[in-house]
Amino acid sequence: MKLRTARRISQVFFFSLFLFFVIISDLRYYKGYPISLFLELDPLVATATAITTHTIYKGLLWSLLLLVPSILFGRIFCNWICPYGILHHFIGWLMGKGRAEDKVRIESNRYRSIYQTKYIILIGMIVAALFGSLQIGLLDPICLFHRSMTTAILPTLNLIFPSTFYVRQNYYVGGWVVGFFLFLLVGMNVVIPRFFCRVLCPLGAFLGSIAPVALWRIERNPTKCVDCDLCLKNCEGASDPHTQLRKSECFVCFNCIEDCPEDAISFKFMPPLQHEVTAPAVPARRALLGGMLGFAFFGFGRTSGAQDRDYNKKVIRPPGSVEEKDFLERCIKCDQCIRVCPTNVLQPAFLQAGLEGIWTPILNNRIGYCELNCTLCGDACPTGAIQRISIEEKTGVGKFAEQGPVRLGTAFYDHGRCLPWSMETPCVVCEEVCPVSPKAIFSREVTITKRDGTDITLRRPYVDPALCIGCGICEHECPVTDEAAIRVTAIGETRSRDRRLLMDGGVTSSVRELEQRKR
Amino acid sequence: MNTTPGSNEDENQPQESRIGRREFLIRAGAAGALITGSLVAGRKLWQPNHYLPGFEDQKGLQLPDFRFGADKLLPSMAIAHGPDHEKTVSAAIGALGGMSRFIKKDDVVMIKPNVAFDRPPALAATTHPDALRAVAKLVFAAGASKIIISDNPINSPTGCFLKSGLRQVADELGLDLLYPETNSFAPLQMDGEILKHWTFFHEPFKKATKVIGLAPCKDHNLCHASMTTKNWYGLLGGRRNQFHQHIHSIVSDFPMMMKPTLVILDGMNVLMKNGPTGGRLSDVKPMGTVVAGTDMVAVDSYGYSHLLERDIAELTYIHKAHDRGLGNKNWKEANYKEVQV
Repeated sequence: MKLRTARRISQVFFFSLFLFFVIISDLRYYKGYPISLFLELDPLVATATAITTHTIYKGLLWSLLLLVPSILFGRIFCNWICPYGILHHFIGWLMGKGRAEDKVRIESNRYRSIYQTKYIILIGMIVAALFGSLQIGLLDPICLFHRSMTTAILPTLNLIFPSTFYVRQNYYVGGWVVGFFLFLLVGMNVVIPRFFCRVLCPLGAFLGSIAPVALWRIERNPTKCVDCDLCLKNCEGASDPHTQLRKSECFVCFNCIEDCPEDAISFKFMPPLQHEVTAPAVPARRALLGGMLGFAFFGFGRTSGAQDRDYNKKVIRPPGSVEEKDFLERCIKCDQCIRVCPTNVLQPAFLQAGLEGIWTPILNNRIGYCELNCTLCGDACPTGAIQRISIEEKTGVGKFAEQGPVRLGTAFYDHGRCLPWSMETPCVVCEEVCPVSPKAIFSREVTITKRDGTDITLRRPYVDPALCIGCGICEHECPVTDEAAIRVTAIGETRSRDRRLLMDGGVTSSVRELEQRKR
Repeated sequence: MNTTPGSNEDENQPQESRIGRREFLIRAGAAGALITGSLVAGRKLWQPNHYLPGFEDQKGLQLPDFRFGADKLLPSMAIAHGPDHEKTVSAAIGALGGMSRFIKKDDVVMIKPNVAFDRPPALAATTHPDALRAVAKLVFAAGASKIIISDNPINSPTGCFLKSGLRQVADELGLDLLYPETNSFAPLQMDGEILKHWTFFHEPFKKATKVIGLAPCKDHNLCHASMTTKNWYGLLGGRRNQFHQHIHSIVSDFPMMMKPTLVILDGMNVLMKNGPTGGRLSDVKPMGTVVAGTDMVAVDSYGYSHLLERDIAELTYIHKAHDRGLGNKNWKEANYKEVQV
C-alpha cells in the first residue's frame, strides 16, 4: 500500500471518528463513548492546563499517547489525525490551489516567514497560562473545530434537516460569530494552502517545537536530487523538502517522497542534521513580543474586573464548575459541555465573562434550565473546569446531605411582572416546577378585592434562599416569557465562597437552616 | 563506526550523511529524555479524581493568646473620669497599675483603633487621635520597640486614616500604619457559633507580641452598640456584609477569636444615636470617661449601661458571650477601680 493511501485512510477514519463523537454527544445516544478522545489526546490541552493548575485532569493523561509518537516522528498528528487539519487539507484541495497547475502549487508551498506567527501565538498563550489565563482554546484546532460544530454547524444543519441532531431545534447565542470565524479560516485556504495550520495553529507550533528531537525525519539525497522542486507540489507543511528541511514545519504527509521522480527523498531514522533548519525559526524579539501580548491579554482581561468586583450576574456556570479564577485556568472553550447539555441551557459566553471568558459556558435560562438529575456537562468536560461530580454531590443527598446541594445562583422575584403579585391573576407555575424538596419556592394565600369589586384568592410566591439551587426552571417556565418575573442571578453560587448570599460560616447547610426555622 | 540502519543502501552516499556514535547517543538520549520526562511529569501531575468545588475542607491559622498572666491583686478594670483626653486615658491605665504591667521592653504592640468611616474626629465615629496619641505614648514609655496600627475599614482605608486624624498621629509618633492590602489577609480558624473560618487581616499579627484594642463608644443600628468587642470586626476581610444575618452570634465570637492584652473604651465623646456612622455633632454627647480593662465583655457592659445609658438586657451579644464563658457581663464583680482626674 502506498503511503499516501494509508494516510488518506487514516484521515478519513479520524475525521469520521471526530464527527461521530460530536454527533453522538446527545443523551439519546450517549452511552460511555470516549467523546473527549480528541481533546484528551491533545498534548497542548494537557500541557497548558498543567501550567495553569499544576495538575493533569483525569483523561488528559491520554495526551502522552500522542506526545510519544510526536517525539519520535514529528508532527504526524497534523496530517494523519487532526480533524481540523484534515478539513483544511480537503478544502484546500477542493477550493484552493490543490488542483492548480504544478508551478502555482510549488510556489504556494514554499516556506514563508509569516509561518513563524503560530510560534508567537503559542508563546503568548503559554505566557498568559503562566499567569492563570488559559486561552489556548481560542485557536487550538480541536477546541476550535469542536466549538464550531457545536454552536454553528450542527444547529444550522438541523435547521435544514429538522430533528437530526436535536429533538427540538437548539439555539446558540453568538454561534454565528463562531461560524463566520470558521468560514474565514477555512476560506483562507484559497489564499494560502493550510493557512490555519501553517500560520495560526498553536498545537502545530507546540508539536513543531518538540519536532527538532524527532528521530525519524525526511531526508533528501543531494546526489540524486535534480532540483526540480516537484517535492513542493503537494507539501502540506511548507517545510522546504527541496532544500534544507524544516522539521518543525513538516506534517509528515509523505507527499514529497511519492512526488519525487528521482527517489531522492526518504523517511530515515536519524539522518544527519547538517542540511536541516532544525528549530522553529522565530526571532527572539518576535518571541518577546508574543510573550508581552500574552501578558497584556491576561492583564487587560483581569483588570477589567469581570472575574472579581464587576462580575456579571448572568455568568451562571454549570453545576460542578470550579471557582471563577480556577475556571479560567481550566476551561478550554471546546464547548463540549454545551454540546451534551440536554436542555440547551448552556451557551457560549461572548463578553459577559470578560475578555478571558470568551466562548466559555454560561447558563441562559430563557433557552433552557439546569436539569436537576443531570451532570452531563461535568461528564463531558475534559479539563475539570466542570468537575465530574455525581448526582448525589450535585443534589446534596446521602452522605452529602450535611453540606447541601450545589447551587448555581439564586432566584429573585420581579413583583411588577409577576401575575399574582401585581396583575390580580393566579399563576405560581414557578412553585409547581421547583424541583427541590422541600420546594425553594413557596406561596402565601391572599384574598384581595379586584378592580371590578369581586374578591379573588391568589397564591403569591416567595423564594427561600436557603433552599434555592439556582437551576432556573422557574425562570424558564414563567409565562412572562420576554423577561421572566422570576430570574436567577449568579449570587449564592456555592463554587465561590465570595459569592454566597447567606452567611453560614463557609459551610452550606440548608438542613441546619431548616432546623432553625422549624419549617 | 556508522550506526545508520540499512547502511547497504547508503553505500553511494557521501560520508556526511552518516552520523557518528556520539551524535547518535545525543539524539537518542534527547528523544528518550523527553519521552521519559513527559511520562514522569504526567504521572506526577495526574489528578485522577474530581473534587466538589466550594466544599473543600478549609483550615485557617490560629491567633496566639495575647493576654498576660493575671495579677489578682491589681484591678482588672479601671474607669477614669476627667475633662482632658490624654490625662483621662493615663489615669485609667494608671489605675490598672500602669502600662508597664502590660507592655514589656521590646514588645511589638498592635493597637487596633476603630477607623471604619471616613469621618473627622469630632463626629465620634472613629477612634479619637488624642486617645491614640495618649495610648501610644504610654506604650512607648513602657519600652515597646514598635507600635503597629491597623484596621480594615468599611470606607476607603486611605481616607479613613487621613480624615480620622490617626495618620497624623502615626506620622508624629512614628507608628507603623499598615493598610489592609491585598496580600495582608489569610484564612483564620474561628470555630465560632456560626463563623467557622474567615479571611483575616493577618499582616499586623505576624510580628505583634501584644495587642491593645482602642475603641470609641458608639451606637449601632443593628447590634445596638459598637464598643471594644465589636471593634475586632475590623480585622476581618471578605464579604463581611453577610455577618449582619447573624450579627449577635458573630460579635459574641470575637472574645474567643481575639484574646487581647488590654482593651480601652474611649467614652470621652460618645456617639449616642445614628450609629455607627453618626454625622451630626448633635449625635455626640460628651461623657468624659475612659474605661480600660482585660475583659472586653465587662468593659462593654459598663459602656452600654453607663456611657450609652441603655438597658444592658437588650445587648444580645454581651449575654451570648457571657453565657459562653468568654467574659463577665457583671462588671461590678470584677476587681475594678474608678478614678477621677
